[in-house]
Amino acid sequence: MTRKQKIQGARAWLLTDTPDSAFQAAAGRFYLGLLEFFHNRLAVVGLLIILALITTAIFAPQIAPFDPVATDLANRLQPLSAHHWFGTDEMGRDIFSRIVWGSRLTLYVIILVAVIAAPVGILVGTVSGYFGGSIDTVLMRITDIFLAFPKLILALAFVAALGPGIENAIIAISITSWPPYARIARAETLTIRNSDFIRAIRLQGAGPLRIITKHIMPLCLSSLIVRVTLDMAGIILTAAGLGFLGLGAQPPSPEWGAMTSAGRSFILDQWWLITMPGTAIFVVSLAFNLLGDGLREVLDPKSDS
Amino acid sequence: MLQMLTRRRLLKATRQTLKLLVIVSTTFFGLLLITFLIGRVVPIDPVLAVVGDKASPEVYEKARLAMGLHLPLWQQFLIYINNVLHGDLGVSVLTAKPVTEDIRRVFPATIELAVTATCIGVLVGIPLGVFSAVKRDSFLDHVTRVIGLLGYSLPIFWLGLMALMVFYAQLDWLPGPGRVDVFYEDIVEPVTGIMIVDCIIAREWEIMRNAIWHVILPASLLGYYSMAYLSRMTRSFMIEQLRQEYILTARVKGVTEWKVIWVHALGNCAIPLITVVALSFGGLLEGSVLTETVFAWPGLGLYLTNSLLNADMNAVLGATIVVGSIFLGVNLLSDFLYKVADPRAR
Amino acid sequence: MKRSDSMDNHLLSVKNLCVSFPSPKGAVDAVRHVSFAMGREKIGIVGESGSGKSVTGRAVLRLLPPYARVTAGHIIYQGRDLQSLSEKEMRGIRGRGISMVMQDPKYSLNPVRTVGRQIREAYEINHTVSRHEARRQALEMLEAVRIRNPEQVYHLYPHEVSGGMGQRIMIAMMLVPKPGLLIADEPTSALDVTVQLQVLAILDDLVSQRGMGLIFISHDLELVSSFCDRIIIMYGGRIMEVVAADRLHESSHPYTRGLLNCLPKIDGDRKPLPTLQRDDAWLEQPENQEEVI
Repeated sequence: MTRKQKIQGARAWLLTDTPDSAFQAAAGRFYLGLLEFFHNRLAVVGLLIILALITTAIFAPQIAPFDPVATDLANRLQPLSAHHWFGTDEMGRDIFSRIVWGSRLTLYVIILVAVIAAPVGILVGTVSGYFGGSIDTVLMRITDIFLAFPKLILALAFVAALGPGIENAIIAISITSWPPYARIARAETLTIRNSDFIRAIRLQGAGPLRIITKHIMPLCLSSLIVRVTLDMAGIILTAAGLGFLGLGAQPPSPEWGAMTSAGRSFILDQWWLITMPGTAIFVVSLAFNLLGDGLREVLDPKSDS
Repeated sequence: MLQMLTRRRLLKATRQTLKLLVIVSTTFFGLLLITFLIGRVVPIDPVLAVVGDKASPEVYEKARLAMGLHLPLWQQFLIYINNVLHGDLGVSVLTAKPVTEDIRRVFPATIELAVTATCIGVLVGIPLGVFSAVKRDSFLDHVTRVIGLLGYSLPIFWLGLMALMVFYAQLDWLPGPGRVDVFYEDIVEPVTGIMIVDCIIAREWEIMRNAIWHVILPASLLGYYSMAYLSRMTRSFMIEQLRQEYILTARVKGVTEWKVIWVHALGNCAIPLITVVALSFGGLLEGSVLTETVFAWPGLGLYLTNSLLNADMNAVLGATIVVGSIFLGVNLLSDFLYKVADPRAR
Repeated sequence: MKRSDSMDNHLLSVKNLCVSFPSPKGAVDAVRHVSFAMGREKIGIVGESGSGKSVTGRAVLRLLPPYARVTAGHIIYQGRDLQSLSEKEMRGIRGRGISMVMQDPKYSLNPVRTVGRQIREAYEINHTVSRHEARRQALEMLEAVRIRNPEQVYHLYPHEVSGGMGQRIMIAMMLVPKPGLLIADEPTSALDVTVQLQVLAILDDLVSQRGMGLIFISHDLELVSSFCDRIIIMYGGRIMEVVAADRLHESSHPYTRGLLNCLPKIDGDRKPLPTLQRDDAWLEQPENQEEVI
């Protein structure tokens, strides 16, 4: 078969109306979703930016021309040039290199918060929704208590107690991030809980653990993925805010929020100290918003457009 | 509107809100529990913070007993709750004054910002959302959506700094950080705590004008975020309402398009919008932390960050409780208003 | 309730109405070359879902979404060509000239306003009167639709009334400005059978009393034939046949016959009902049918 025939064959297999296996059906749905997603140019832009972020983080040592922490006081506060693409900061460090290395910190924060907050949220939400009764009441009270705090403020209080540093910032942000996921998971669980197929599995003797983990959680996934992606933008902003206040990664770490803060004294004449890291934060946050919006249109179509 | 506020419905709404108060009390209780536990997690020895590290063992022990730190944890918590309910949030290590007094001093400045920002958000954001929903895919719609998207992506501290750089440093159109210019500080007697009102009371017109100029930038900054959020939600609600059949009915009756949109459709949006505005207010309390830091605005947010940087745990936790309580209170109010306004909420 | 009508008094005359909607697969023709004329009589438009009957009604009132493409030779109501009217003038026609009752009062009434207020608004748009007078008119109208305690019902919200009462309120609201023509788009489809008959009876009385025209859109052929003077049968956006109600069962059009044969009869034989065989040829009928009996 020629290459073109192979591609056509694969497409036909994916788009068939009569799939032979669950795998084929799922693959077909995935393909259609993918097509719809790629129709949305802005979402694709978001995805590309995030891929660029990941690439930059992985290949930081290769991409950054200078050592991000090496000071060079003779060269401080240099404007943009061919030598220093984003100029130098108050300690003579190359800003571009610092931003490149800072992408690792950003990625670190995002991944850890997602890995901590999302599972906790799903677990609390599904258990709460499935068992109902007093378990539900107690868990939801706890969730509401955390939701009652404005996120940044609670994160501030935690960091105040635990001390500044990027790990503590991550813990603090995670603690404030899981409640919305619990709520979403619970809402989905309540809808699914009374379906016939759950009753059928229970009749077959499945215990709660199996039902929750193998049947309910997967169904919550799509709305959760959308929500987590959209939240990423806010998490980046919160982390940067904490960094701005000096509560995130400590100097000389090239954390973008902290870099912005350090540039405050030079706002008048050396604008690049603030503008560059701030733009980086903005661009990454924007990318997650665009990606999240795009995912929402594919996975969760009762959206607002 | 007045028709909806019949005695019968007000009574029912009040009864339901009382039920809500029970829920709120437990949430508040949880809030206190969390702040208490945070306070006990601190690696710094609170006794040392008070007596200093040169104190003798006897002084240390006396202070420790006085602070009740020898009691079991749950007893300490009960004392804590008792204190808080009596308005005692401890003494600030930094200012050596009771935290409640400190907060009362700084609080109005934040309220000034939050209220102004909410007004901007409501007066600009909601109409923008309506226009955006009615003329979908028009230029205005795209602009509104971009504004909304930026509002979710721009770091507030960065936008604030940019604004300062452009409007203050480069263009010199607006004054810099602070509530009033440096040489005007501490002249006006703080009666209400709101600078502009105090100036009117003291008839200091020059300072009042100065204060108004100073509030423009921080309030606009916060107002932008409020506006972005409100316009997005309004657009979403309006699109949903304009799809409904009663809108067709209104058009069949011959109602003017203006009235269909602004009275019928927006009227139905007003109810969920109340909740949204309340949520936005809470978000503004958060945003004010960073805004006040950038603009050296002496409000609760700046107080919080200063205390934090100086490890003044009493002040930090006290401010956290206050903000959390306001948030709860605002949500409670919005729930009550929702039940009063929506005839279907039974 | 069958009357012969005077044909020289055309209340509404529609010629060659076409409506199409854009879609990713190309334009969809919802209504094709529909023409009919009516006087002060009751006309039923019957068809399956997607036959274009509702769209026709809304096209007359110019209430289709802006992306719909509507063209017609003419749409003349009481001597005025509706197509030539500005939006403002058209608004004058709506309510006062032509009115429409929709299917489900749960959705077609504004949920946050009392029903009395909504009826009052319908009156106030077309007459400048005091609030008191408008309220009186609204109460009178509620009585006319046989609501027993109009004073009380006036202050109720839509979710507080039953389906039948809600539909009667809807009728009251649409008739209070005294229109000359009423379009009823499946007015009884959301109601229980017993309530259906009540509501229909009220509609019948009011329309006859006021000498109004009525376009009754429905999918229920049996219902329409018992209620209307003439019946227009639509399929695929085209008119298949226009027939007088009392001569419905003599119809020879294959689609009409097919529909009739599908209706279960209480005294029929016990054989399985025939399935309607659709013929695509019906979609290609010649244009410019102006069948007026």
